[in-house]
Parts: sequence; structure tokens; C-alpha cells
Amino acid sequence: MRRSSGRHTPGPRHAEAREIVFDFLEGYDLLGAFWVTVQLTLLSAVGSLVWGTMLAAMRVSPVPLMRGFGTAYVNIVRNIPLTVIILFTSLGLSQTLGVTMGAADNFDTQNFRLAVLGLILYTSAFVCEALRSGINTVPVGQAEAARAIGLSFTQVLTLVVLPQAIRSVVGPMANVLIALTKNTTVAAAIGVTEAALLMKKMIENEAQLILISAVFAFGYVCLTLPTGLIMGWVGKKVAVKR
Amino acid sequence: MSSVLYDAPGPRAKRRNILFSAVFLVALAALLWWVFNALQDKGQLEWAQWKPFFGGTEAWSTYIWPGLRNTLKAAALAMVIALPLGAVFGIARLSDHAWVRVPAAIVVEFFRAIPVLVLMVFGQALFAEYTDISSDDRPLYAVVTGLVLYNAAVIAEIVRAGILSLPKGQSEAAMAIGLRKGQVMRTILLPQAVTAMLPVIVSQMVVIVKDTALGGGVLTFPDLIAAVSPMSSYYGANVIASFTIVALIFIAINFALTTFASWLERRLRRGRRSSGPVLDPKGASVGGTMGTGAGGGAGDLGGMN
Amino acid sequence: MKLRKVTAASAAALVLALTATACGGGGDKDTKGSGSGDGKTITVGIKFDQPGIGQKTPQGYSGFDVDVAKYIAKQLGYKEDQIEWKESKSADRETMLERGDVDFIAASYSINDKRLAKVDFAGPYLLAHQDVLVRADDDSIKSPADLNSKKLCSVTGSTSAQNVQDTLAPKAQLQEYPTYSACLSGLQNKAIDALTTDDSILAGYAAQDAFKGKFKLGGFKMTNENYGIGVKKGSDLKAKINTALEKMVADGSWQKAVDANLGPAGYKNEPAPKIGDIKS
Repeated sequence: MRRSSGRHTPGPRHAEAREIVFDFLEGYDLLGAFWVTVQLTLLSAVGSLVWGTMLAAMRVSPVPLMRGFGTAYVNIVRNIPLTVIILFTSLGLSQTLGVTMGAADNFDTQNFRLAVLGLILYTSAFVCEALRSGINTVPVGQAEAARAIGLSFTQVLTLVVLPQAIRSVVGPMANVLIALTKNTTVAAAIGVTEAALLMKKMIENEAQLILISAVFAFGYVCLTLPTGLIMGWVGKKVAVKR
Repeated sequence: MSSVLYDAPGPRAKRRNILFSAVFLVALAALLWWVFNALQDKGQLEWAQWKPFFGGTEAWSTYIWPGLRNTLKAAALAMVIALPLGAVFGIARLSDHAWVRVPAAIVVEFFRAIPVLVLMVFGQALFAEYTDISSDDRPLYAVVTGLVLYNAAVIAEIVRAGILSLPKGQSEAAMAIGLRKGQVMRTILLPQAVTAMLPVIVSQMVVIVKDTALGGGVLTFPDLIAAVSPMSSYYGANVIASFTIVALIFIAINFALTTFASWLERRLRRGRRSSGPVLDPKGASVGGTMGTGAGGGAGDLGGMN
Repeated sequence: MKLRKVTAASAAALVLALTATACGGGGDKDTKGSGSGDGKTITVGIKFDQPGIGQKTPQGYSGFDVDVAKYIAKQLGYKEDQIEWKESKSADRETMLERGDVDFIAASYSINDKRLAKVDFAGPYLLAHQDVLVRADDDSIKSPADLNSKKLCSVTGSTSAQNVQDTLAPKAQLQEYPTYSACLSGLQNKAIDALTTDDSILAGYAAQDAFKGKFKLGGFKMTNENYGIGVKKGSDLKAKINTALEKMVADGSWQKAVDANLGPAGYKNEPAPKIGDIKS
């Protein structure tokens, strides 16, 4: 299904019903490619939220070893280009370590899942940092009061601090999510046929350079602008009034 | 700060922490052992794979250094062009005139919304078709164009957020003593905002350095990433070793930049406190990234691409 | 006070970065003379990452295409140090010729109608075929049809990959990577069963010291790839290069170049094609 999006299977001919200008779209599964982009974004977003929260918890935990691991992880992963990380998931994880993501016999599925994994590994470092800065905005008194009534570290974090921190980081999280949407383009490096790969193929094969670029730019704007607006609205709604 | 979240460990907590540490250590060690074994198994740790990098300087001078030079060149050019452009757009978005403010906002939001890779591919095709820039320079132009368009938009937001994060009293006081709008911006707001923005701008540099990799990976820009291809084909397909070396170089460069950024941040925060200007204390406590408060949290844009 | 210091520091850092890159950047261009001049340089497009064909090495450039290009340049009246080598990636080749970025291209460049519409070809100078490279101990692939149950690898967007999907083995799993090296490492690790592209390129990889005896060619001859020397449309170089190629075959240099670059992998080359004889 994913593979077919890049091929030239001539679509049904409705030439008269279609504007001449958009002829170049014929035979390309534009919506399919953007659907892959959306899937990559959503799955990676959920994954990196989970792993990023765990990393943030490690970074503020009382166990020194976990703190060290969290810090090291963020500082290393954040500084490597995503292209390299995505390639590592395929060359390192899949080829060398034999992590086939439950799809050893289907490269399309495997690459898609590996790309999601790579995006999660990368994005969670930023989620972690956003959360940590959110934790810093929670007044010290909150945590002190929570400790005073005898809550443990886990309870302080999950019942008192994180709920407030998450509300205050909706803005930065929106930026992370938007960046993630755009970063899915890098999945093209291991052959996931998402929108950017299709764009490159179309530019190579068709003449309407400006139109093709405009169509894809419009597609990404459609994906990212609403995200920003909605998250901005949510951020204002849930903000902790102080 | 983190110590606020838990009490100083008592004897039981200490024991528990040690237990957690031990479990975590075992898990981590098991993971590392598994990776090491698999690499060993597949012959990835053989000296032949790594010899080009540690057994001589050939690989460095033939492949890595020319690539690294292009990476740094593209990053530096992009930063130098994007900075003033971004500042102009950021200030334009704060203009009192709608005919300046609205187009600037549209341009900034548009380029923030599009992936850098798409901008680069577009630039590459555009330069090939409509200009006579030679093929030597075309990929560089394409990469720098993509980086500039995107990062100028991001820097515009950083500048805007930086200026908005200043207390209203600053510009009100300046107006009250009779400064004109331009003067307020130039002599009062910008100097203060720049101090707050510098760390974020430096960490934006990290993003730019990383994003040059898109040029090598997908376009034909002969950067550090692109150097892996002829290098690994010459040294018997040692792709893992090659990419590891490249990743380490990126980590080193970016780690230096982030260290510089946090040093700058610490310095600036200290300076701010000692000279005691009227700055929103909340803004400062967010960790210098002016993140969550002002301007819809544009500050954290700095982190990611 | 503080601000000035910091600004100065960042300005200094910036200037440092700029000069560091600037002195690297200058001095290596503006000297290319396109068109066959006398005593000037000639610019040749080759591959940088195909051992046996065109490979950038610490000692310079090597491979069959490189040897052919050197011979042609010599016949055109250029010394070896007057050749300026340039990387021409597959997707870039037509554009580079059309714009005159290079004088000619020798980069495993097979002649086809789509390309002929944009550029001219001298030659062909080698008849290659799409083939597969498999592990030496793998006997399960005896015909192209066997590939249907296998995991194949090729580079992103290549015609070889397209051929496999469309006609040769539509049911095969296809992994596309940006480079052949990534495919090779997968082949070694048994994550991939066969690497497919032109047999000449495969032979070049298999001939590398690191891979001696590890891989073998399938020998399937799945397509005909007529390697030509790409020149700008209507260029008078085409005739001159054709003459040079004929001479290269006649005086035995051609066979010598094939043996030296592709021989070690047991590559049995087709006889030198006649100029203009394009096998479809």
C-alpha cells in the first residue's frame, strides 16, 4: 500500500473533468503519501510523549544513575542529525541487531516502524527538555507542600508536579509536534514513501516545478498550521492561573 | 531544583535508591552487552572496519575534512544571512502598521510551517532551472536557501518573543521621556531583548548545523553525511563505523555549541540579577529560554528543527 | 557593559567561523574551461562511490570509467593533470551536461530514449546487464524468478529497483537505501539476500579486498545497459570521443582497463560494443 504511492500507475482518465493545470497530479497518490506523513506523526507523537515523560522523570529522580542516563541520553540524541538516527535504525538496529519490529518479511512495514522508532528516540529528547522546563515553572511551594503531607517522589511527580507542568508546556509541546510533523520528511532516507519522497520523485519526472512545490507546501501548511492554532487554544484553556 | 521533589534520603530511601540503581545498572549493562555482542557477531567491531579512522589520516583528509568544511560553511552562511533577515521580520511583526505587520506574519508563519527539506528540494530545482549558478555551488545555494528561509522565520519568532518578554514599563517609560518609536526599539528594547535571546540563538545554531545534514542525505550537497558514501564504498562498506564517526563529529560540534549556549545563559542570568533591571522574574526562571511565557512559547523553537 | 562583552565574544566567534570556512572555500574554482581548449583543463563527470567504475580514493580516482575518461582526454589532447574530476550523481547527469558544468560524463551512464531526448551519447563503450550479487554460499537463487521470495536491495529511485518491481520479480521485498554500501552491509549481515544493479558495478564491489570470496554474481543478464559517454546535445565532442573509443578498443587498452578494474571478481565482460550499436 505504501509502496504504490510513488509509482506511475496511470489513473482513470477524466481529462475533461479536470483542470489542465493539475494534470501533473495524475498517477500520483498524493493523499496516500500525506496519510503516511500523518501516521508517522501521530504514532511518533504518542511514543515520544511516553518515552519523553519517562526521560524527564529520570532526569529529576532521586537515583543518580538514572539522572545521569537521562542527561546523557538527551545531550547525545539532541546533537545528532535526525538523518543519521533514522539511518541507524535501519543499518544498526534492523540489519545488525536483528530488530525487525515484527515485520521481518515486509520491508515496507518494517521501514515504517523503524522510522517511527527513530522519530520517537529523537523527539523524546525534546519532549523531555520541554517537560523539564515545565517542571521548573511549578512553584517550589507545590512540591514542598506535597512532600509535607508525606507523598513519595513518584506521587509528588505524578499527582502534583507533572499535571501542572504539562499544562504549562502546551505551547512548547505544540512546537515540538509541528517540528515532528516536518521531521517525518527524513523517513525518506530509509525508503518510507511519505510526502517529501513523492515530491522529489515528482520533481524529477514532471515539469511543473513551482506548482508541485506549491502543492506540497500547501499540504504541510494544512497539517502544521491547525496544529499550532489548536494547541495554542488548548494551551490558553488549560493554563494554570497564577 | 530537582531536589525539591524529594526529601533528603533516609536509611530506607537510601537502600531503595541503591536497589533502583542496581536494577537500572543491570538493565543498562544487559542492553549494552546485547548491542556489543551483536556488533561483534556481525563483525562490526573488527579492526578492518575502524582502521581507516584510527589507523591513519587518509580517510580524514580525503573524505571527512572536505565534507566537514562544507557542513560548517553552509551552517555559517545560513546563520549570517538568517540572523539580520529574521530580526527584520521579527520587528516587522511588532509594527503598528497593519500593512507591515500582516505580510510579515504571513511570511513567517508560512516558512515555519514547511519542512526545510521541501524548501531545499525546491531551491535545488529552482536554481538548476532558472539561474546559471554552476553545479559546484548549486547544492550549497540550495541548502543555504532552505536553511535561511526556515531559520529566518524561527529567528523572527525568537526576536519577537524576546521583545515581548520585556516588561511593558520599559517602552512606556521610554515613550514618556519623549523617545520616538524607532528610538524606543533601537535604544531600549532591542539591547535588552538581545541579551535574553542570545542563548536561544546559539542553540538555533545547533539546529542549523544538524539540518545541513539534510542537504547531504537527500540533495547532492557534498557535506559530512554525503562523504560517508564514497568513504564506505572505498573501505569495504563499513557503513556503521563511518556513520558512527560522523555522528561523533556532530555530537562534538553541537556539544561545544550547547555548552557555549548554557555558559552564555548562566552569565546573562547572573548579570541580570546583579544589575537588577526590572525583568519579569518568571521569564527568567523558565531557564533563560524565555520559553513558556511570552509570545506563544517561541523560545523553545530553538531546540528542534 | 555585560552586553557589549557578550556581543563582542559572539562576533569574534562568528568571524572565526567565517574565516575558517572562507579560506577553505576559495581557490578551488573559476579555473574550469569548458569546451575543448588547448593547454586548458577538461571537466569530466564520474561517480565517486562505485569501486571498479568510478571511486574517489585517497590516491586520486580509480575505476573503469575513470580509465576510459583518461584515455579519451589524452586523445583530445589533455594531459592527465589537466583533467578536472567532478562527481555526477545519477539524478544530476542530464542537468550537468545541459548546463555545461562538465564537458563529458563517464559514470555508468546507460543510453536510453528518455536521456537521448536531452543529451547526446558517444559510444557505447561497454555492454552491461542488470544482475544480482548474492552471498557466495547462497545457492537458492538460480534464476530471476527465484528472487520473488527474496529480499532485494538497491539504491533509492534507481531504474534497477523499478525494473524488479515492475517486471522481473514483482513479489520480491525491495529495500531502498541511499547508497550501495548500505545494501552491501545488509547483504553481509544476511538482512538482505541480493543486491541488484548493473553487473559491472556489482563486479566492482565484489572485487574489493574486503569482499574477496564473500559474494558472487548471479549472471542473469536481466537487461541490457549500454554505457555511453554523455555529452551536450549537438556537441562536436561526440565524434571525437567516438574516434577515441574506437582507438581504445583497437589498441587493446580497453580490454586492459576492463581486466584491471572488473576482472578480479571473475566478471566476464561482453566484447567491446561497436560505436552506435545500442542493444535494446
